Amino acid sequence: MNLPAAACEALEAFAQCPGWEQRARLLLQWGERLEPLGDEERCEAHRVHGCESQVWLLGERQDGRWHFRAGSDARLLRGLLAVLLARVEGLTAEELQAVDLPDWFARLGLSRQLSPSRSNGLNAVLQRMRELAGQDRAC
Amino acid sequence: MSLPSPWRADFPAFAAFGRDCQTYLDSAATAQKPQAVLDALLGYYAGGAANVHRAQHAPGERATLAFEGARAKVAAWLNADSAEQIVFTRSATESINLLAYGLEHLFAAGDQIAVGALEHHANLLPWQQLAQRRGLELVVLPLDAAGDIDLEQAERLIGPRTRLLAVSQLSNVLGRWQPLEALLALARAQGALSVVDGAQGVVHGRHDLQALACDFYVFSAHKLYGPDGIGVLYGRPLALERLRHWQFGGEMVQQADYHSARFRPAPLGFEAGTPAIGPAIALGAALDYLDGLDGEAVAAHEAALHARLLAGLRAFDGLQLLAEPHTALASFVVEGVHNADLAQLLGEQGIAVRAGQHCAMPLLRCLGRTGALRVSLGLYSEGDDLERFFAALHHALALLR
Repeated sequence: MNLPAAACEALEAFAQCPGWEQRARLLLQWGERLEPLGDEERCEAHRVHGCESQVWLLGERQDGRWHFRAGSDARLLRGLLAVLLARVEGLTAEELQAVDLPDWFARLGLSRQLSPSRSNGLNAVLQRMRELAGQDRAC
Repeated sequence: MSLPSPWRADFPAFAAFGRDCQTYLDSAATAQKPQAVLDALLGYYAGGAANVHRAQHAPGERATLAFEGARAKVAAWLNADSAEQIVFTRSATESINLLAYGLEHLFAAGDQIAVGALEHHANLLPWQQLAQRRGLELVVLPLDAAGDIDLEQAERLIGPRTRLLAVSQLSNVLGRWQPLEALLALARAQGALSVVDGAQGVVHGRHDLQALACDFYVFSAHKLYGPDGIGVLYGRPLALERLRHWQFGGEMVQQADYHSARFRPAPLGFEAGTPAIGPAIALGAALDYLDGLDGEAVAAHEAALHARLLAGLRAFDGLQLLAEPHTALASFVVEGVHNADLAQLLGEQGIAVRAGQHCAMPLLRCLGRTGALRVSLGLYSEGDDLERFFAALHHALALLR
């Protein structure tokens, strides 16, 4: 499967990262690229539960392809959301079901962020994306 | 002055942490175990496991003696009158759940249960759920500005309808000793039962439960340098007699028929199923180990380290302590920095501290915080651990600001 353009960019940037410090800086930079959410969008209905920090997720479909927006109050988590969104940008519901999140974060050198002891909730975010896409398909 | 711990070498985990470049400052979540505890666990299994209380054979007798010996050591540690007052459970949490079910029959709709506003979920939710089951009123005792249960308000709130008071001895978030004696006196004056959550308190200093005079006291072994999977419920004899049995099967049965059964009194009557025999024996070994240390030297070392921790934290701009802790730990936030970001960058640098809501969501909300970081110490912690933590915190803040 061809990666979306932003995903290729993420891969190139993170793959060349020599250490945790540079990776952290890069995550902070990527976090700034998230499309901002409005105050009214940061509401309970868009909250993703299962995250220790607050995370909001919104999705919309155009011509069968999904576009998600997300936000968080934690900055490094915003960076992780940004590289997750880069990977799933413009996918169909079927493609979304097939995304291998551990593989994607491993390729970025961010595997530890998915370990079960982490409560940043990235798995919960992907789960929520699939639910949103699944619900829409069922309608 | 590097404040080395003279007991560090007794804990093999630190050699492993050293190899992995990890600095362990999360002892309030769980403590490392001394070699004596590991030896006791291995010794029991390698020497021949056997079930307790139900065999005539020699291995069973040996296991039962060691298991009951551990019960006696716990009783001695708490200055209980007798080993019969010590019930083994899975954890402090299970001990409190046992109480919330075992005492349920004593409550009628409209009765009140009083809990502190700083309780760990383990000492809040069993009572909250009991209140929901029985139509009771859960009364939350507010904190004063220092972070202690406010005695003036407690005096007003603990009244004739209060049937039970459940409070922590030492807060797992604020690190403050609670005014137990005064609170227990208020409960006693109303004829209410009292439950003390000693999960954090038991780790720091020896506590004389006869002098404290609470009805029930609970703690878990794993924070007290013992193994996980074993907790303790202490009860005064008259209080234990009021408990109804809650889990059935195993050695708690005295006499059973198809349609009826009779059960043993405490402690065995509340230890359904095969207990955690190896962990109980290892808890006994942990108490033997602690008993062999100079308690005053341990307290002095912990106090010096704690003072160093607080002084070091105060040197950071914008860092706010959640309260002025008395001992063992410090919880803090840094203005303009999310605790999850800090926790992640400390973790990257091999610093093991706890971040988040510390199983006390209502307390954090009440303090107006979404989360906090907590550094906590054990008797094996030392000045160099703190120096590495301070350096990592400095580094993390430089990246985030």
